[in-house]
Amino acid sequence: MPERAKVSTAWAAEAAGGPGPAQDGGAGAVACASEFEPVIGLEVHVELSTKSKLFCGCQAAFNAPPNSHTCPVCLGLPGVLPVLNRKAVEFGIKTALALNCEVASFSKFDRKNYFYPDLPKNYQISQYDLPLGTNGYVDVSVDGGMRRVRIKRVHLEEDAGKSVHESGTITGSSFSLEDYNRTGVPLLEIVSEPDLRSPEEAYAYLSMLRSILRYLDVSDCKMEEGSLRCDANISVKPKGSSALGTPIELKNLNSFRAVEKALAYEFRRQAEILARGERVTRETRHWDESRQVTVLMRRKEEADDYRYFPEPDLVPLEIDEAWVAEVRSTLPELPGVRHERFIREYGLPAYDAAILTESKDLADYFEAAVAAYGGDAKAVSNWVMGELARLMNATGTDIRDVRVAPTALAAMLKMIDDGTISGKIAKTVFEEMFATGKEPRQVVAEKGLVQIADEGELARIVDEVIAENRDVADEVRAGKDRAITFLVGQVMKKTRGRANPQAVNRLLRERLSSG
Amino acid sequence: MKITIADVDHVAMLARLRFDEDQKAGMAEQLSRIVEYVEKLNELDTGDVSPMAHAVPLRNVLRDDEVRPSLDPEEALRNAPDREGDFFRVPRILESE
Repeated sequence: MPERAKVSTAWAAEAAGGPGPAQDGGAGAVACASEFEPVIGLEVHVELSTKSKLFCGCQAAFNAPPNSHTCPVCLGLPGVLPVLNRKAVEFGIKTALALNCEVASFSKFDRKNYFYPDLPKNYQISQYDLPLGTNGYVDVSVDGGMRRVRIKRVHLEEDAGKSVHESGTITGSSFSLEDYNRTGVPLLEIVSEPDLRSPEEAYAYLSMLRSILRYLDVSDCKMEEGSLRCDANISVKPKGSSALGTPIELKNLNSFRAVEKALAYEFRRQAEILARGERVTRETRHWDESRQVTVLMRRKEEADDYRYFPEPDLVPLEIDEAWVAEVRSTLPELPGVRHERFIREYGLPAYDAAILTESKDLADYFEAAVAAYGGDAKAVSNWVMGELARLMNATGTDIRDVRVAPTALAAMLKMIDDGTISGKIAKTVFEEMFATGKEPRQVVAEKGLVQIADEGELARIVDEVIAENRDVADEVRAGKDRAITFLVGQVMKKTRGRANPQAVNRLLRERLSSG
Repeated sequence: MKITIADVDHVAMLARLRFDEDQKAGMAEQLSRIVEYVEKLNELDTGDVSPMAHAVPLRNVLRDDEVRPSLDPEEALRNAPDREGDFFRVPRILESE
């Protein structure tokens, strides 16, 4: 195959350059990647943050001692009856509404039958033909615009237990150990239509979904703790073609990055198969994080046969308009809407608005600081995204635990505006506020950081610096204007940053031009 | 509807049951009779009847999200065929490739 035009998207190039399956080298892969495009859909599971499990009163806790949160219901012992958790249903309705779904007026639960040791009943209570929500969508901002990702369905089900494999891997182990604490924890399954057209779009969609779920406060969405899990379906077709390829299901995607990388790898693998004129076989593949490849898990020769049937132990749900309205009234302003409002109301660049609204807590912090400050919102944004974010990252601090109150940040910005402190000194002040939780006035007083307001005092220091640096002063007099920055620097050093740089500049120029 | 030996094999596989050939023939025979009995329903026109989700005419049986005591792990593990520490120990899940 002749080498075609270069691929335009960075991820395809990265995928082609990565440790991919190419035997024929990278160049051919790049060429074939540009002729095909991936079609991606994601299936996301989130654990709902209820106190108790979906069908029993056992605590839904993470990291408890093994098998310390079980009972006859979640262990699947004979003769027990599950009773549905109202809060879990409401979290499900809330999510369905936030994802623009139609909420079912009549819904029910079904048994999904299969054998697996993490499922002690040998069936999972799930929802089959009447899920809580259907036909929704999420608008995701992607490279060069918005993409509307349709949501096929949102349904409630119970989580399975956790298996620990003797040798670390499932295939190499002669036995496994089961912990049923997680069994019966409420899960919400959110299935997208195959509307995503690149691994990056999949990443952006996942980020938006997580942001929405966190705004709703229905799940903490921690992928590392398994409270958010993602499987992906990806098929590859010739660019511009409407015929879909054979979908491959990807599992073991343990981070947002893993989702993106596994999809990039898989796109390239399938594109190469198609470029050779061969066919992709339908199968489930496992992302091997250490080798950065997907490996065959099982072939899907026939459709799974779960023999779904209505769960006789649970009566159906009727969700009337009053109930939906009641849940709707608890919806917060969602990230997409807030993003638009931040641009409109505060005049922020789209970039700032996106970062600030990704987390509800950060957005709340920003708005509280802007309200207390009353000045330029962009200045607040700069401090929140700059110094605050830097210190939070450096110390691993969550926005909820930040000791600088939004009002304290506002007070500090006012001190910059009225000339009490310089913008440079403010960074020192802010660091101290961040570390101690003290008010800016207190920090400035304790550390003697008030800007020198007395022009006479400043002039005296400027004269000292000129006297100590006669050579440089002469250079400035001789017209080498850039040398003045050295002298400004010396004054700032002598005053430990407490001088106003503009004033210093002016005083220096007055002296050095008059000779 | 006639249940074939292949149907029996399929259902037996799903249920993790193993039968010898005589048993399979017997199963096919019995299952056919059961399905034929239920097929009597086809004599009725159910075009206007929506599928029944539940036999009991109740709706929305819900409980509040409150934590109640769980079993002591020792109690939970009492029926376990095998254990290791406070885990249920189960045989190999997948054959190695």
